[in-house]
Amino acid sequence: MNPAPAVKTLAIDGIDVSASSDQTILDAARENGISIPTLCHLDGLTEVGACRMCLVELKGSTRLQPACVTLVEEGMEVTTRTPRLEKYRRMVLELLFAERNHVCSVCVANNMCELQDQAKAHGVTHVRFPYRSPELPVDVSHERFALDHNRCILCTRCVRVCNEIEGAHTWDLLGRGVNSLLISDLHQPWGESDTCTSCGKCVQVCPTGALFDKSKVGGKVRKNPDFLSYLNEMREGLR
Amino acid sequence: MTLDELEQIANEVQAAKEKSPRALNVCVAAGCLSLHSDAIKSALEKEVQRTGVNCRVAGTGCMGLCSLGPLVNREPDGQLLKNVAEADAAEIVEKLESVPPERLLCSREQPFFQRQTAVVLENSGRINPEKIEEYIAAEGYQALVRALTEMAPAQIVQEVSKSGLRGRGGAGYPTGLKWGTVAKTIGTTKYVICNADEGDPGAFMDRSVLESDPHRVLEGMIVAGYAVGASQGYIYVRAEYPLAIKRLQAAIRDARRLGFLGSQICNAKFSFDIEIRIGGGAFVCGEETALIASIEGRRGTPRPRPPFPAQSGLWQMPTLINNVESFANIPTILRRGGEWYASLGTKKSKGTKVFALCGKVRNVGLIEVPMGTPLRQIIFEIGGGIPDGHRFKAVQTGGPSGGCIPEQSLDLPVDYESLKEVGSIMGSGGMIVMDDSACMVNVARYFMEFCMSESCGKCIPCRAGTAQMFELLTRMTSGTATPQDLELLEDLCDMVSSTSLCGLGQSAPNPVLSTLRYFREEYTEHIVDKHCRAGVCECNHLAEVSA
Repeated sequence: MNPAPAVKTLAIDGIDVSASSDQTILDAARENGISIPTLCHLDGLTEVGACRMCLVELKGSTRLQPACVTLVEEGMEVTTRTPRLEKYRRMVLELLFAERNHVCSVCVANNMCELQDQAKAHGVTHVRFPYRSPELPVDVSHERFALDHNRCILCTRCVRVCNEIEGAHTWDLLGRGVNSLLISDLHQPWGESDTCTSCGKCVQVCPTGALFDKSKVGGKVRKNPDFLSYLNEMREGLR
Repeated sequence: MTLDELEQIANEVQAAKEKSPRALNVCVAAGCLSLHSDAIKSALEKEVQRTGVNCRVAGTGCMGLCSLGPLVNREPDGQLLKNVAEADAAEIVEKLESVPPERLLCSREQPFFQRQTAVVLENSGRINPEKIEEYIAAEGYQALVRALTEMAPAQIVQEVSKSGLRGRGGAGYPTGLKWGTVAKTIGTTKYVICNADEGDPGAFMDRSVLESDPHRVLEGMIVAGYAVGASQGYIYVRAEYPLAIKRLQAAIRDARRLGFLGSQICNAKFSFDIEIRIGGGAFVCGEETALIASIEGRRGTPRPRPPFPAQSGLWQMPTLINNVESFANIPTILRRGGEWYASLGTKKSKGTKVFALCGKVRNVGLIEVPMGTPLRQIIFEIGGGIPDGHRFKAVQTGGPSGGCIPEQSLDLPVDYESLKEVGSIMGSGGMIVMDDSACMVNVARYFMEFCMSESCGKCIPCRAGTAQMFELLTRMTSGTATPQDLELLEDLCDMVSSTSLCGLGQSAPNPVLSTLRYFREEYTEHIVDKHCRAGVCECNHLAEVSA
């Protein structure tokens, strides 16, 4: 069995903080009011370290490390905001905007979108990369929800919540690279899925307007993934 | 199995050879087989039967000089026959005791053979890969029996450390250190994995080793299992290597039959078995964490490290994962000693390295040289230089993760550090020689296309970044790029290599970065003058139209 976690002290952006050895840099930073941007991370889901928004610099290491999966260590010196990191974060966002068809003005999630929020926070006013403008379908076969692939950033939050919390594993990915596509079951229309329980958790955790409630009109899509921390606390007997 | 029993098997093989000393060994590894060497083998068999001469006809592994295949090795005089056709069978058998026909004669006195040092390839082309007895006659499985009966696991790790062997998959992590870490990690169940998911364009070293001498890899894995305390091994081999899979299956069966696999191997308190896992066609599964995910039956995508597989690998158990060539070195290291191995090579890169030499070079094939051999010697002496009166331009090492090395760096000794210094990497051993008919922008575009289509899509920099870099490079080769596109490309190279999750993305910009470093003027020509000096790219056409 793992030994009981020890207390570690480290510095994040010059502020001395203490954290338990099983905590990540992201946990420790947030506990101390230091915000690190994230997209694929969501409290209550396993980490995948895929979006690279939370990369931080560690003193003594040339490689940038994702704060969401890197455990704290004694004497660690973490820097979360440098011109280099900010540049990379802007580029991650630019790459996402150029990858598929993100048209905020006609999106149901306009003003309530984590991708948009991050773009605003990082001053992404325009995209330097050529727009790829792929032709992607919209799946409206489900009775209550819809999936617009044009707005999907492949963060896999829906895949994880469906598998880890709901236990249905309706969602997964097809293909690879830029051709990756979110699919339900064995690539059948969402409405014909045998496993989907229509619980709607995937819609609540989706950071953009890719998964949305058909009954809601644009600008009214308030997503609420807070149920995750509640469920986890229940599971771990903390409530 | 004891050493005496091994010797007895070896003696039997020897006796059979003495009874019938004449033999024709036909290469039946993938290169020659693609030229129908199996038909040549049957033609020779038929001819021998028809004439009634006392001569064995057998299949062997790769003899190295693939460009002159199909190759046939004649015993006992060791004469090598090149470009053999079915129609030559009668003449070959007829002249078994005299000099072979001039047109078929392939001299072993040429630098291609003379400048090589065989360790991993010591049995390639000499033994029948489908006969375990022949491997045993070539001192095979001696290291295993010795290790199990005379050595403690820690001693084996020490010997491997002493040899200075570094991971032959490309990254060059010290093998002994890795073994030591897995051995010391506490766990009741541990695994050994052999990474045979060789996928770099132009690389065929591991395939050849598996096809020509599969038992060497098994022996290395079993010794590793004993050294680190594992009882199950997996070989992850790509489905595109059907012959290697077939030979491995036969080898595992034979090894089980003779008790090298199974329970209480050599009467030691050690059980070990090996299973084959066949890849599904994803290049990224050569990355160790993606490979492990694939063996577990999940989608083959990498995960962040740490934890490293040595701590938490297959099914969260401590896992030793090494490349084919790394394992293939182990039997010889144990047989001849770590110190002997360390006497080969350079200060920091010990031993030998197998390279797949291909592209615009006379002698295309498989070679093994001591680390530190200058590139010039590899390409111009062993490789025989550039054919058809063309000039050497660059050599690409390390596949899509590597870079292009220009003429001025040719005197570089091949080892992990110096290749890195010039902007390339050792990689798994693919070496693609390019002459003046190659456009370096186009080469960079080719490798970027490879990375783009092989990116798993998990992390954004690699998924979207490689696609953008490919688009920018396509603009250059098609003559529609602007100087800003070059700036953007360089920005992306920096970002993708610094932020990607796994080695595939981190190294994807290398072909662009190294060609920019040595052939920047070609990029400028494509962008400003819409001119491709090699005459490969579309942009030339565009310039003609507008002129």
